[in-house]
Amino acid sequence: MEFFEPYLALINQENIWSLFIIILQVLGVTAPLLVCVAYLTWAERKVIASMQLRKGPTHVGWAGLGQPIADAMKLLFKENAIPAGSSKVVYIIAPMMVMIPAVIAWAVIPFDEGMVVSDVNLGVMYLLATSALGVYGVLMAGWSSNSKYPFLGAVRTGAQMVSYEVSMGLTVLSVILMAGSMNLSEIVKAQETVWFMIPAFPMFIVFLISILAETNRAPFDLPEAEAELVAGYFTEYSSSSFALFFLGEYANMILMSAITVVLFMGGWLPPMDIAPFNWIPGFIWFFIKVAFILFIFLWARATFPRFRYDQLMRLGWKVFLPFTLFWLVLTAGAMHLFDLV
Amino acid sequence: MKLIRFLRQFLLLDILKGLSITLKHFFSKNFTLMYPWEKTPISPRFRGEHALRRYPNGEERCIACKLCEAVCPAQAITIEAEPRKDGSRRTTRYDIDMVKCIYCGLCEEACPVDAIVEGPNMEFAMENRADLVYSKAKLLDNGDKLEPTLAERLQKDAPFR
Repeated sequence: MEFFEPYLALINQENIWSLFIIILQVLGVTAPLLVCVAYLTWAERKVIASMQLRKGPTHVGWAGLGQPIADAMKLLFKENAIPAGSSKVVYIIAPMMVMIPAVIAWAVIPFDEGMVVSDVNLGVMYLLATSALGVYGVLMAGWSSNSKYPFLGAVRTGAQMVSYEVSMGLTVLSVILMAGSMNLSEIVKAQETVWFMIPAFPMFIVFLISILAETNRAPFDLPEAEAELVAGYFTEYSSSSFALFFLGEYANMILMSAITVVLFMGGWLPPMDIAPFNWIPGFIWFFIKVAFILFIFLWARATFPRFRYDQLMRLGWKVFLPFTLFWLVLTAGAMHLFDLV
Repeated sequence: MKLIRFLRQFLLLDILKGLSITLKHFFSKNFTLMYPWEKTPISPRFRGEHALRRYPNGEERCIACKLCEAVCPAQAITIEAEPRKDGSRRTTRYDIDMVKCIYCGLCEEACPVDAIVEGPNMEFAMENRADLVYSKAKLLDNGDKLEPTLAERLQKDAPFR
């Protein structure tokens, strides 16, 4: 009992009130995120269909808007089959390990000035840490399924996500150099004069390609290369655990787009601080920009064929890594030379 | 040349070209037809479900010459015939096995009196195979239902025969 006493003392009206506020904030971010994920699948099908001169979903609801809900229902009502030879605990935990990092990372994303769940000083570090955690879920899923394709898929995915994390980290580092802060709100405020995607345009492109690879999206969707690996690391999954993987993947896409917007496209800032633009509130600008980056995700998927695995590794280690390192040194040199620090 | 190739790759020129093509298609009109509700126009030569036609006075055209049965490459047609009381020669049985039929249209071309024709209908899926063996009654019924369209088709195609 003595052990709990200091904790029991914390239970007072003030603390419970702030806990309540925090829970509200968490729900306020997570619930819209899940809706966005659902409608991102709809948007993906519509955009890709349109680029292939098709119509995409049209039947469930107006313009197929009920489709994501119907899909979710279908998935949840299916039987959750667990393979006999699997390591059951790990097998069940794995999809959560993919989903949770993609959601908790939203804690530090600033939607508008002051509109952020937790305004931590090391926001960028937190983001890199949480996005790196997703790899564990994938590896656990592949290993615990005790089956060939998931295992190979997981090994591939692990290697891919780790490789591109390196160039992503270096890209982020050059942004931190320019902004002079690791706080995401500070980084956005540092872009008031010019968005970082203009002085650091090559880094913006490298970052875009890296997030495609990081979230295992086409043209880097080797983990799910159907022709070779069936569905990659989640081949054995079904029903709600499959839905969790799906949610995790799409939440990760939205998260990565949000990070791109914060780091390179001036977060909630309007493109120009003049009349018609600054009438629109900041968080709407934020969503427009995120939607634009997501459109690029889908656009790339409709356009490019899948990379070969050695090409993927070559791009990550032999092109992006030296190039980002070079750019980092260049940025540091320029900052020092022109006394911008 | 190597430098140009390097620059093309490094500046992502081909990638941008690909992206521009998909973007162009994104804004162009869809090609999809919502099939059961929307249909493409059908050529007058379309070879669909068979029909046996009648003369305007109601007399059936088929004279049991059995040319269609002879020409049918899939041997889907079975005809039995005998003279009628009024002395004219007519079929007593005219079956087409629609499962065997390859819809080549040779029966229609072989027919000297334009009795057997292939109509514009292609939606005659059945729930069992037995239903797809069409009897004379079924074929005549098809002809009665579709006669205006069938006559129009034959007239349109006549100059090319």
